[in-house]
Amino acid sequence: MVANAQKSPSTPPLARAEAPPADTSAVRRVAGIVALVILAALLWEGAKAFASSVDYALPIAGATLDLTVFNDQQLPHLGAIANAFVQPAQRNGPPLYSELLSASAFTLQMAIGGFLMGGIIGFALAVIFAHSRFMQGGCLPYVVASQTVPILAIAPMIVIWLGRAGFQELAIPVIAAYLTFFPVVIYSLRGLTAVPPTALELMNSYAASKWETLVKLRLPNALPHIFTALKLSATASVVGAIIGELPSGIQQGLGIAILNFARSYTQSPERLWATIVMAGAVGIGFFVVIVILERLIVRWKRPEDG
Amino acid sequence: MGQKNVATVISIKNITKKFRGSDGEQVHAIDNINFDIVEGEFISLIGPSGCGKSTLLRMIADLIEPSEGTISVNGKSPRQARLDRDYGFVFQSPTLYDWRTVLQNVELPLEIMKYPKAKRRERAEEMLGLVELGSFVNKYPWQLSGGMQQRVSIARALAFEPTILLMDEPFGALDEMTRERMNNELLRIWTAIPHMTVVFVTHSIAEAVYLSDRVVVLSARPGRLATIIDVDLPRPRGPETRDLDQFFHLTSQVRHSLRGGVGDLSKVIE
Repeated sequence: MVANAQKSPSTPPLARAEAPPADTSAVRRVAGIVALVILAALLWEGAKAFASSVDYALPIAGATLDLTVFNDQQLPHLGAIANAFVQPAQRNGPPLYSELLSASAFTLQMAIGGFLMGGIIGFALAVIFAHSRFMQGGCLPYVVASQTVPILAIAPMIVIWLGRAGFQELAIPVIAAYLTFFPVVIYSLRGLTAVPPTALELMNSYAASKWETLVKLRLPNALPHIFTALKLSATASVVGAIIGELPSGIQQGLGIAILNFARSYTQSPERLWATIVMAGAVGIGFFVVIVILERLIVRWKRPEDG
Repeated sequence: MGQKNVATVISIKNITKKFRGSDGEQVHAIDNINFDIVEGEFISLIGPSGCGKSTLLRMIADLIEPSEGTISVNGKSPRQARLDRDYGFVFQSPTLYDWRTVLQNVELPLEIMKYPKAKRRERAEEMLGLVELGSFVNKYPWQLSGGMQQRVSIARALAFEPTILLMDEPFGALDEMTRERMNNELLRIWTAIPHMTVVFVTHSIAEAVYLSDRVVVLSARPGRLATIIDVDLPRPRGPETRDLDQFFHLTSQVRHSLRGGVGDLSKVIE
């Protein structure tokens, strides 16, 4: 009897690669971040300890290197910064962290406003540029040029103009939007136009309209690019909101806190540092929210694409 | 697959195509080609690289326009036939949309053609069953092999029931074993859909002979019609067909016609 040796290729080559177990890579990533933070803290305190041990003067090749920047008035201990959060900023006032939290809430609100405004305007411009070479050629250089103008120079103008027009409260979001719309224009335009030619021919073969081609091909093709832009925009919007607060005269946000604590830096540097830590946390938090959104929306990518 | 009542489906008359190359020089891609394709026919266009076979297929599809001459598809201009969604097109690369699952990719033309949701799903599942990918509906394209991706693209091209299937070297990127399996798949699908006309561009002689009722041989630069070879191999065809004397005879006939033409034969794969 002859066995049926001819095994039919009934099992088709299945998925090329299994997704790597997500939790171990996430754990490793978090471990890496924690390790970096610990390393930075060790460097910080190590530099201070070393500078203190040589009495803030290091003789090198006949000259003396001044290390007073590492003393407690210039660079506070990390413990002092942490302690500053729970101490009241003013006599009998609330603890600093509660002041900073409400300042952060205000700044974040302004940043989100600017982020949305910049995102919508940036995306709309990209759609227009993607469909009109004339508009792209005529306007894109000005979009690029807009980013070479120092934001500090135009922020007061925006405050004054919008104040005259009666839209004072829009000034900070508009200043933030000025920084955030740019990456959205550039990355969205790239995503909308970098479409494989055959993918477009396919749409043509279905006699699809421009609108259908935009919605079913160009837009999803652009999404990964758009998220790259939104991640840049998220952090830029926080910076933009802080800068926007300075000329606005509004006393609620992180911008004013930074300005005030910078003035009293020599008395209590740890307060400014605490505020910087808070501002950084706001920016990182916003960034992480966008990353999570990206994970939820751009689900089709193969694991190695990252 | 007899052709009892021969109705012309695609008519190609005096087609010439010239275009400007990237160096600004005028390229004479196709020169005065004439032939007709009848209903239900499986016809292959074969020729060396640069003979304009893909260009000719794209002109039938109204993806590009001829410089001279006329093409009619189902008695209409190619443009009208495209607007009427008379044909499905299969590209050399599967051209699946990464962000859509297998099922959603097959549903794409049906969405554009405003099929109701339930009907879309039903058609897409039916077509994926036909290409034997019924259990992969929820996978994303990157999770499939190249051959499977191309089967999805065939299912997508057939989903809206076009009467004509235009295929541009669909199996050119596959290995020989997979290609032969796909050839059998394609014949099975073509047989399953009555009256469907297939225009198939290839540079594989064996593939052209194995699949076709007729093989149109083109010569290169400019692309001219060298000859049309009738393939009277019995159907249904299968692995044993490739062992027939007649099969060898026909492949060498195609090969000789290709040599008779002017062109770079090193680019022709058997």
